[in-house]
Amino acid sequence: MSERGLRIDIEGLGLRYGRSEVLSDIDLHIEAGERLCLVGPNGAGKSSLLRCLTGLAQPTSGVIRLDGQPLVEIERGAIARTISVVPGQVDLPFSMRVEEVVRLGRLPHENPFTGTSEEDRRAVDAAIARVGIDRLRDRDVQQLSMGERQLVLVAMAVAQGGRLIVLDEPTVHLDLRHQVDVLTLLTRLTDAGLTVLAVLHDLPLAAHFFGRLVLLDEGRLVADGAPGEVLSAERIRDVYRVDPRFVPSFASS
Amino acid sequence: MTTTDLARERAAVRQGTFEALRRRPVVLGLIGLLALAAAVVAGIGLGSVFISPADTVAIVGRELLGWPVAETWSRAHETIVMELRLPRVLTALVVGLGLSVAGVTFQGLLRNPLADPYVLGTASGAALGAAIGVLIPLQIVWLGLGLVNILAFVGALTAIAIVYRVAGGGGRATMTSILLTGYAVGSMLAAGLSLAMYLSGSQLRQIFFYLLGSLSGADWQSLAVGLPVVAIGSLLIMLRARSINGLLLGDDTALHLGVDVRRERAILLALASLVTAAAVAMAGLIGFVGLVVPHVIRLLVGPNARLVLPLSALFGASFLIWADLGARVTGELPVGIITAVIGAPVFVLLLRRYRAGYQL
Repeated sequence: MSERGLRIDIEGLGLRYGRSEVLSDIDLHIEAGERLCLVGPNGAGKSSLLRCLTGLAQPTSGVIRLDGQPLVEIERGAIARTISVVPGQVDLPFSMRVEEVVRLGRLPHENPFTGTSEEDRRAVDAAIARVGIDRLRDRDVQQLSMGERQLVLVAMAVAQGGRLIVLDEPTVHLDLRHQVDVLTLLTRLTDAGLTVLAVLHDLPLAAHFFGRLVLLDEGRLVADGAPGEVLSAERIRDVYRVDPRFVPSFASS
Repeated sequence: MTTTDLARERAAVRQGTFEALRRRPVVLGLIGLLALAAAVVAGIGLGSVFISPADTVAIVGRELLGWPVAETWSRAHETIVMELRLPRVLTALVVGLGLSVAGVTFQGLLRNPLADPYVLGTASGAALGAAIGVLIPLQIVWLGLGLVNILAFVGALTAIAIVYRVAGGGGRATMTSILLTGYAVGSMLAAGLSLAMYLSGSQLRQIFFYLLGSLSGADWQSLAVGLPVVAIGSLLIMLRARSINGLLLGDDTALHLGVDVRRERAILLALASLVTAAAVAMAGLIGFVGLVVPHVIRLLVGPNARLVLPLSALFGASFLIWADLGARVTGELPVGIITAVIGAPVFVLLLRRYRAGYQL
């Protein structure tokens, strides 16, 4: 399977809400098919950066280009067909089956008059198979465990068919096995050619599953590179303000 | 085989039928159409004067559609059908359809299973409008509508406009704040209604009658005004089923799925309010239809608005026709009492049966 990932160029990006500067002067280039992880303390601006990238927040300065085209020139429907965002835990107002939730990912492709097409149905089947949740297909989402639900939401994003998959803390409520399941799935998606951008708080997991980490702190990009370069003991101390021995990979040093 | 085994087996069979229907919404749609046709014929034929189904169909066919059928019925029967029962049955159809579609829309928009068409103050607004209409000693008729109907319509729309403005619906207002504002504004208007009722003296009964909802005042004129509003409004809502589905997952995810949340929400709120206002102007405050019918349909086909909207429309229309028939044969009980008395137990029964597959 080979799909064409999305290339992203972010230049001089700034975002402010009123007086508070949430992001300033971010330069970030992500190649098609790359798997990149944003790390940084709470409030560093990771989620804000994702919101800018997915069109939910309007940057105050700078420019974001998707495959060279400025994001502001792309209409919402086209963005939704290009970027799939895996929601954090959603709580559904009504009981829904797994298949129905995954099918919601096809909304940007649906014709308002005729509804779900054969192609949509195929994409839903393919996404369910790809994420490996066939056995959950007819279950009520409200009865699933947190880990299973997260996989359902990833399947929904895969069905959406974006060339960039964005995940904000996809492993937050999961046990270790489900964390590994989700992250392994991400490596498979980039192997197939898609671009993946995730936010993770678990540094060892991020270092293990991502070849490139971007560290944000107080709205600025502090470091960008391989996990070994980005997560130095000094940076852990400066940015997270903790003793690096609390991070397992530095525990021995 | 023990009793629990038997019970489990029976539950599995039920689950099986349930699954089969869920996978065949078209079958359910056909059943709905047949049920609606049966309800219309029964609603016209039954009553203090019995008119046979054949005559009923022939009269309506001849008068409305120009069928070339020989006149084998009496003039009196024709008058009963054309002047009394047909407009009443059609009004029940339109009101039941409108309330059900509005119910699906409000529940979806507010992401709240307890929402109904009256949740954002429309009920209190309409009631206050109607009460003022009763109290004003003027006989105004516009487009064939009495003052009470007109003011009920205006009252419902005014209430929701106030709610929307106060909650800042055009901005980043959350649905929770809109819901709470709806409650606050509704309470204010309800106080106004209480005052009007307190001051109404001998007209109290008339206001009270409106609050309970009734189709006894149905006629062709009000139908001619209400039908297009409900029909067009419902159709436009159905064309936006996609947005209602997207909003199930919350604002951010809906945006990520390409739904222009602010615009779609404003449009859907406006359409659902218009449909509700038309329904209450025609028949007063008939409760329960807009709350229960959508849930029963969701139980059957899942929450996909593309299916829930048209199926709720069909079954809601049938339901209100039958309920109104019940109201007529029990000597003009307010139909709102019938809808609650039938609807509530049916709903509870369904919830208990399918508890495994459905949670509110």
